[in-house]
Amino acid sequence: MNQWLMAGLLFTPLAWAALSLLLDFRQGRWLSWLGMLIQALVSLGLWVAVASNGGFYYALAGWEAPLGIALRVDGLAVTFVLLTAAVATACGLHAGVYLDPSKSWQRYFWPLFWFLWAGLNGVWLGADLFNLYVSLELISLSAVGLVALGGEAAALRAALRYLFAVLLGSLVYLLGVALLYGQFGTLSLTGIAAVVGADEPAAAMALLLMLAGLALKTALFPLHGWLPPAHGVAKSPVSALLSGLVVKASFYIAARLWLELGDRLGSHTLAQGIGALGAGAVIWGSWLAFRQPHLKQVVAYSSVAQIGYLFLLFPLTFAVAEPVSRLAQQGITLQVVSHALAKSAMFLAAGNLILSVRSKRVDALGGVSHYLPFSLFSFGLAGVSLMSLPPTGGFAAKWLLLQASLASGQWWWVVVLLLGGVLAAAYVFRIYRATFLEDRASDDFYHPPRSLEAIPMLLALLALGLGLVAEPVLSVLALPFEVAAEVAADVAVQP
Amino acid sequence: MSPDLLYALAGVVLCGIGLFGFLLLEHLLRRLLAFNLIGSGVFLVLIGLAQHRNGPDPVPQALVLTGIVVAIAATALAVVLIRRYYHLTGHTSLADDGEAQS
Amino acid sequence: MSLSALLPILALLSSLLAAVVIFALPESSHRLRTLVNLLAALLKLGVVAVMTWGVFRGVDFSVSFTMLPGVSFMLRADALAMLFAGLSAVLWLFTTIYAVGYLEDSPNRSRFFGFFSLCVASTMGVALAGNLFTFFLFYEMLTLSTYPLVVHRGTDKSLQAGRNYIIYTLGGGVALLLGIAWLHGLAGDLPFQETGHFQGADPALHGQLTLIFVLLIAGLGVKAGLFPLHGWLPQAMVAPAPVSALLHAVAVVKAGAFGIVRVVYDIYGIDFAYALGLLEPLAWLAAFTIIYGSVRALWQTDLKRRLAFSTISQVSYIILGVTLFGPLGAVGGLVHLLHQGIMKITLFFCAGNYAETLGVHRVDELDGAGARMPATSVAFTLAALGMIGVPPLAGFVTKWALGAGALAAEMEWAILVLLVSSLLNAAYFLPIVYRLWFCPIAAPWPAERRWGRLETHAWLFWPPLVTTLMLVLVGLLAATFVSPLSWAQLIAVRMYLP
Repeated sequence: MNQWLMAGLLFTPLAWAALSLLLDFRQGRWLSWLGMLIQALVSLGLWVAVASNGGFYYALAGWEAPLGIALRVDGLAVTFVLLTAAVATACGLHAGVYLDPSKSWQRYFWPLFWFLWAGLNGVWLGADLFNLYVSLELISLSAVGLVALGGEAAALRAALRYLFAVLLGSLVYLLGVALLYGQFGTLSLTGIAAVVGADEPAAAMALLLMLAGLALKTALFPLHGWLPPAHGVAKSPVSALLSGLVVKASFYIAARLWLELGDRLGSHTLAQGIGALGAGAVIWGSWLAFRQPHLKQVVAYSSVAQIGYLFLLFPLTFAVAEPVSRLAQQGITLQVVSHALAKSAMFLAAGNLILSVRSKRVDALGGVSHYLPFSLFSFGLAGVSLMSLPPTGGFAAKWLLLQASLASGQWWWVVVLLLGGVLAAAYVFRIYRATFLEDRASDDFYHPPRSLEAIPMLLALLALGLGLVAEPVLSVLALPFEVAAEVAADVAVQP
Repeated sequence: MSPDLLYALAGVVLCGIGLFGFLLLEHLLRRLLAFNLIGSGVFLVLIGLAQHRNGPDPVPQALVLTGIVVAIAATALAVVLIRRYYHLTGHTSLADDGEAQS
Repeated sequence: MSLSALLPILALLSSLLAAVVIFALPESSHRLRTLVNLLAALLKLGVVAVMTWGVFRGVDFSVSFTMLPGVSFMLRADALAMLFAGLSAVLWLFTTIYAVGYLEDSPNRSRFFGFFSLCVASTMGVALAGNLFTFFLFYEMLTLSTYPLVVHRGTDKSLQAGRNYIIYTLGGGVALLLGIAWLHGLAGDLPFQETGHFQGADPALHGQLTLIFVLLIAGLGVKAGLFPLHGWLPQAMVAPAPVSALLHAVAVVKAGAFGIVRVVYDIYGIDFAYALGLLEPLAWLAAFTIIYGSVRALWQTDLKRRLAFSTISQVSYIILGVTLFGPLGAVGGLVHLLHQGIMKITLFFCAGNYAETLGVHRVDELDGAGARMPATSVAFTLAALGMIGVPPLAGFVTKWALGAGALAAEMEWAILVLLVSSLLNAAYFLPIVYRLWFCPIAAPWPAERRWGRLETHAWLFWPPLVTTLMLVLVGLLAATFVSPLSWAQLIAVRMYLP
């Protein structure tokens, strides 16, 4: 059973990417609907399988590592696979209606979309450092393609900035991989973790390089300069994919590296330093989001701020008691999931609002609530999750992180968490406020199709409901996993 | 010092030169070339260091092969974008920010 | 699922689902929306009545599930919860009726009633929350769902007021969250229980517990309008009258006061809070707020602003009662939660009627309104007399119980506060009453409207009269077992005699 699920999960996106390359946008849409259905079902099936039987290792096509591709299927990975299926399906459905099929370049949307999905699944499941690199590059290149899709100068400029940033990030990461391989002769993350010692400056250097590269790709402050233009200028479904999923991929690798190797290769200064950069992102990103005149720029800068929270993982899991570390990991996982859902909902809703008022500016939103657009509700609900107010997933994440900070005595992160919530409220309420203003001169208002309005609503409701069902979601992450056998195998491979 | 280590060190130097160019050059094609230079440096480090430590090893060769394919794909994409950007705006760099905003 | 677990959920869902249905209805289907509103309000009233009867007989209504590791979502109906739930269920019905009349022919009604129902659902959640975490959940939901009501008119002034409201309440929310999270880190999940959790706590923790208490009270004090955190309240008066009624009498300020009651009695425990020396400063703060609010009310020329400062003053009666160490003071504070709600909502209904029917917003324009609108003016007069504490109206019962509590707790200065405050109440209410009845009409009404036979629109006419009847009855029947006073005594007995 698992064989079939894995095959479906990995094969479909690549096959669909190749197939849709041959079709135009409309035909590609039909094909992709089928593909999204398959992917969603397979992801759900895999999640259920892992939730009931625990994780497993899977060697692609029977080729074992190091030459073959070994995949690690555990609770965290399948959770993200499922998240990807949900968000990507939503964005795909939305894009099918949102994008104008008469433009000839739109036919490239579907191949890029499917390559992106394939890369994301590769990252969630990847067990060795080099395959993670390849998957990351697959994601980056297709994401850049998606940003450039409009073909206008501004989009190309943003895409080029984006491309250069992620390419540099990938190479710095790869340099770290090269150092680690030179040192230990294996690429398997668990294999390295099994043999690495406490005092190895070369390995520590490698970790630092890899984290730096990944931080650039995740747009950690102060390396975030490329993100707002790229996410702001792209078409709304693309922005939703980028903000919801793509930046999470590189963070996910950084987090895995840190959790496996950080206790020996990291240091207190490094952990606190990364946390401080995260805090800087929260504050600076929120402030810039508050200042933006354009709706989508607000949402994009909000991503910079929300990504900052993720990096609190590093100080909150370094040299702390096991239960505290677990709280922090759970909190960060929830933050990833809830931000992915809320932010993609927000981008899609923002796209609809922009369609409705025919302007990208925040102050053009005056009186929108008059027309009671569904999208405004979706936007508002997603905003509640970003402000991390109850009962949303964002709140659940913040609660766990607060507990972790308090329990480890690092009260300064409490300040960051609370301040971040207030700042998020400032930029979200600025939008709410604009929509309630009743002095709109013109009554020029376009109602987007219902299907466009329903999708962000569903995503926003998922983000909201996540807070209520956080416990069962988190329990899948804590499933037992047979690590011992795999580590033994990896050590044996070593010369 | 083995020749393998020499390769690795040369790779590090290449990375440095490439990084220098990548950060300081403005012309998009030059930056792209600088990126390729860093890439080559990293590949040299990957092979050289591994063989220096562990003796002859097919794995890094296979990895670098894959890496080269990825780098070619990235370069091709970048060239397409740069070319299109040049056609639309007449610029060869991203430095002049305010102009293309509209 | 048993009935005892189902009822609290039903009490919540009745207005939550109403909100969803109302949002989904098109703007133009006014009749259907009104029907949904009223049915939901009646359903909730029925559920709450059944639950109150059950709690009286000792049935344990509770439901809980684990929401996050170590934290559960918990609804539980105890006697104190039913006091607040009963208040909001009863007053929601009348406010809904009133709001339907008040907003007739105005735009954005779908949005208004949707958030209105959401607001009441949150209030119900605040009332029925079984632990501090769940309380916080609904407390913040209340903040969010009232914002659209405050800015409903969409003018610059109301947006400004909304901005201040949000800054104050979210700021309070941050303090509250910090306090709750900290407390959770120290002591784990804390369900509300009648004697508190910290009886005999480690003395090493006392410093932290004191700090947490300050955080919690600061967070809750914002909504309760405790000085110096009351700044949002008078500004929020730009909202439509039913919203003001809801904010002042039922939902927001009461949620704050109710939270303080919960923290003092059911988390810290009254004995422990007293032993820590936390009650005395809080009592002083409440006393100061009582006087301050009344003094500020004296100078307000705008009718609704005067009522707003009166609210600031009156809500602190509840807090004062809680801090008076002893069952009698507790009875006074708790019963005022209800009495103040009934009286204040009557006053706001009347103020809204004057504004809608005559276009009158300022106190000095009210001259002679008693002749034009006798029923409304009778209601206003009785509510104002009740506020002053004239026997046998609702306010008198409260003040009597509070005074007795102060004596029993040997805090005689509190009686002085009560006396001064009553004098001030008289000083700012009696001139209005005088103007209503004894001054001749000085100028034509700014914007008079006629609605058939009655002095005002029928949906606006009846609600204040019914609530007036209630405020007379709760005073007259205070000694019988159906009165709020007996219910407050029941709570106090359960709290002090575990």
